[in-house]
Amino acid sequence: MASAPAPSRWALWLPLGFFAAFTALVLFAMLRPADRAVKSAMIGRALPQFSLLAATPAQPGLARADLATGKPHLLNIFASWCVPCAVEAPQLRVLKDRGIDVVGVAIRDKPEDLARFFARNGNPFSRVGRDDVSAIQFALGSSGVPESFVIDGRGVIRYQHIGDIRADQVELIAQKMVEAAQ
Amino acid sequence: MIATAGLAALWFAAALAVLQLFSGFLALRQPDNPLTPVVRPLAMAQAGLVAFAFLCLIIVFVQTDLSVALVAANSHSAKPMLYKVAGAWGNHEGSMLLWVTIMALAGGFVALLEKRLPEPTLLATLGSQAFVSLGFYAFLLLASNPFARLDPVPAEGNGLNPLLQDPGLAFHPPTLYVGYVGLSVAFSFAVGALLTREVSPNFARAMRPWVLGAWIFLTLGITAGSYWAYYELGWGGWWFWDPVENASLMPWLAATALLHSVSVLASRNALRAWTVMLGVVAFAMSMVGTFLVRSGVLTSVHAFAVDPTKGTFILALLAINIGAAFVIFALRAGTVSEGQRFAIVSRESALVFNNVMLSAVLGIVLLGTLYPLVAEAMGAQVSVGPPYFNPATAVFVVPMLVVMGIGPLLRWRRDKLGRIKHFLVLPALVLAGVAIWLSLRGVHLMPLLGIALGTMLLMVALVPLKGRRLRTVTLPLWGMVVAHFGIGVALLGIACDSAFSTEKLVAARVGETVSVGPWLIRLGRIEPITGPNWTALEATLNASYGGGSTSELKPQARSFWTPVQQTNESAILTRWNGQLYTVLGEEAEDGRWQLRLWWKPFVTLIWLGGALVALGGALALLGRVLSDLRRFIAIDKIAYRRQQQGRL
Amino acid sequence: MSAALKPKHQRLVLVLAATAALIAAALLAAWSLRNQASYFYLPTELVAKPPAAERAVRLGGMVEAGSLKTAPDGVTIGFVVGDGKARVPVTFRGITPDLFKEGSGVVAEGHRQADGTFLADNLLAKHDEKYVPREMQQMTTQEARQKVEATK
Repeated sequence: MASAPAPSRWALWLPLGFFAAFTALVLFAMLRPADRAVKSAMIGRALPQFSLLAATPAQPGLARADLATGKPHLLNIFASWCVPCAVEAPQLRVLKDRGIDVVGVAIRDKPEDLARFFARNGNPFSRVGRDDVSAIQFALGSSGVPESFVIDGRGVIRYQHIGDIRADQVELIAQKMVEAAQ
Repeated sequence: MIATAGLAALWFAAALAVLQLFSGFLALRQPDNPLTPVVRPLAMAQAGLVAFAFLCLIIVFVQTDLSVALVAANSHSAKPMLYKVAGAWGNHEGSMLLWVTIMALAGGFVALLEKRLPEPTLLATLGSQAFVSLGFYAFLLLASNPFARLDPVPAEGNGLNPLLQDPGLAFHPPTLYVGYVGLSVAFSFAVGALLTREVSPNFARAMRPWVLGAWIFLTLGITAGSYWAYYELGWGGWWFWDPVENASLMPWLAATALLHSVSVLASRNALRAWTVMLGVVAFAMSMVGTFLVRSGVLTSVHAFAVDPTKGTFILALLAINIGAAFVIFALRAGTVSEGQRFAIVSRESALVFNNVMLSAVLGIVLLGTLYPLVAEAMGAQVSVGPPYFNPATAVFVVPMLVVMGIGPLLRWRRDKLGRIKHFLVLPALVLAGVAIWLSLRGVHLMPLLGIALGTMLLMVALVPLKGRRLRTVTLPLWGMVVAHFGIGVALLGIACDSAFSTEKLVAARVGETVSVGPWLIRLGRIEPITGPNWTALEATLNASYGGGSTSELKPQARSFWTPVQQTNESAILTRWNGQLYTVLGEEAEDGRWQLRLWWKPFVTLIWLGGALVALGGALALLGRVLSDLRRFIAIDKIAYRRQQQGRL
Repeated sequence: MSAALKPKHQRLVLVLAATAALIAAALLAAWSLRNQASYFYLPTELVAKPPAAERAVRLGGMVEAGSLKTAPDGVTIGFVVGDGKARVPVTFRGITPDLFKEGSGVVAEGHRQADGTFLADNLLAKHDEKYVPREMQQMTTQEARQKVEATK
């Protein structure tokens, strides 16, 4: 009885086979969004015409002309009500301290909420425009907040960063700024 | 300081795990090498160190030590104490540490208490337990250190989001985690048994409490999660076949099958290779579940923080652990002998049948959950929902439930259906009677079948108690009866909900009365109210059951501002015979208000049934653990006496 | 009958029965997935290759500005979902989800009716600024247009 053979040996490899198929499938699924993220339709295109009012009384608003000044800018789309934006604030401060001109677009926000947000998280922006209808956001092909765009001196989008800039991505952004300056 | 101590303990524990892995497997080749006796103490020491590290994490959260990055990101000095403590595991890093902690504690308990298994099997088990934990240690220490420091120290923490301060969110994930990790112990036992070719009843008895324990927690987690989705989403449904829900259902299905096949192996020494394979599959399903939830390859209605890099890591661990286990299975299972035979009509056969049905359901749920990925690989975008899952699973669940009623009445090894015939006459008559009565009332086929089958199960589940003195019935038998009864109760709840629920969607003016089922509901007033981070419109509804006294319900339409979000907070009124479920919608242009009202007779039985199933598991576990303890004490006494006699 | 079974064959019979059941499960799953999975359509695709009227599908696009109308009963709404190329009128009875409004993205679950309109049983809108149904992940109006361009 102890020597009763298994129905067939190869059947025992079936579980492993199914498991390998599962792994291959999810690997495929995980690799695909990665190359989807790299491909941004906006890179290499000039910014659309826009002119935004000032979001807070303390700082000027933002228009396309302010970005085509011969100097690269980092355009950050954010909101005071967005949690990842607060998480991102220290990284923006680091970028600003490195001499990068950071400008902001506040999405559907109020001046008093923004003032509170800046008091708590600091204000790295030289200009902040207000976009109450997400018009610029849609025009730039941005789907959420926060999102950042590297704009070169001619007002052309050179790089799009979706989501918050994490501490280990500061170098990447700085690198893109340098490339945009050339 | 405390954070540093915690990190040091964690590194030290990881080093011990390396040693445990090495010495555990070395003992397989050279049983008498000097490292063999230290494997058990290593497992215990590792458990102590990790528990200490977890304690350190809780302390830094309680103290709100903002120099720890994790605390700064997820806590706040003004948070209530309960959520400070729960904050320790309410994030990715902390939950991974919790995972490792439960795993190490389980390993420590195995090392401390397990005396039934042959020593080589136990050492191989501890070795594979160390192998699995090492993956998680690597993940923790190299990629997601919970004790990472911040410099400069921020003035205040970032985690005062009241949206996340929900007792359900504080305790639901750890409940599922305990279940998943319990299955990792079963996995280690299975691998240990394969490596030493020791797939025996003793192996099954050693593994059984862990499977039971894991299964209890999974049952509780799924039941609680279902109720949470029911009242929180405001859609009136209690199960959506959402990937996150399926991720917790699949390990439960595998664990249920494992639980039953382990019983066959423990009592009858049959189903050896099958049990071992289920041990691997059950843990594989836990990891697949964690992976699907965390990696975001599938979208879910339950908002979840996802991070593809963490998903990749979990996938790598999954591939290594489960892949290796299946390779060992393929190489060794052929040499596992067949075990005891049994007749076609026997309790073993009934359990085999249920195991096959459970596996079929598991396969259907897994295929349905993954199908959107398959379709996407072929260039189509699809979603799979109840129209697929409900009928496809029912095909296998219905025969399984019938056999679940009959199986416990059968004897082990060989039986005759004629012997149990007379137990089944009355339930069968009840089944037929209920079915005819319902069909005359125009109830659809599936709910009809559910109610009839549920009623029958309630009766049949109690038959094993017949003719016994209730005081002498053993705890495991009570456990089985209660759990099977609970399945019947839950089935009745599910079927009653789908057969008798009435829904009304209206736009009503203030002062207007609406009827739904036996209820008359008057829209009293609509008032604005404010909460800590939301404003809401609250409706006051005066509901009277069949014209009797009125009760108040206050559903709200809430607007949050961090982040901007609107939710419909349902208000639910529970009676013994069902729930009134109310949701307030938007204001129509002419000043009327949208109201969505459900009367759901006996819907509460769904979760009551789930709780009974878990209670049944707990009774069985208690019975097994108590008898094990009694046995260990007796063995110790005998050994002590022998020693004494030896001295004399 | 069991007594007649040769001991050696018992395992084989068990394994064969279990395999048969599992294969049946797999076939059932494959068959019903083909019939019950609901495919995702853009308005252009829905108009160009309409699915069978009773088949459950998902329609994703933008809620056209100015198209949202509430029926006299106060709980039935009608609106137009468009992707810049084609427009599909949608009817829905129920409480609309968070952030469902004109100009925003929506996925409607339901089926196409014989007259070409779409009857939705359920609406999924953007859950919050970061959560979008997978199919909608990148779909601003402009990108919906690009997608249509690419599939032409």
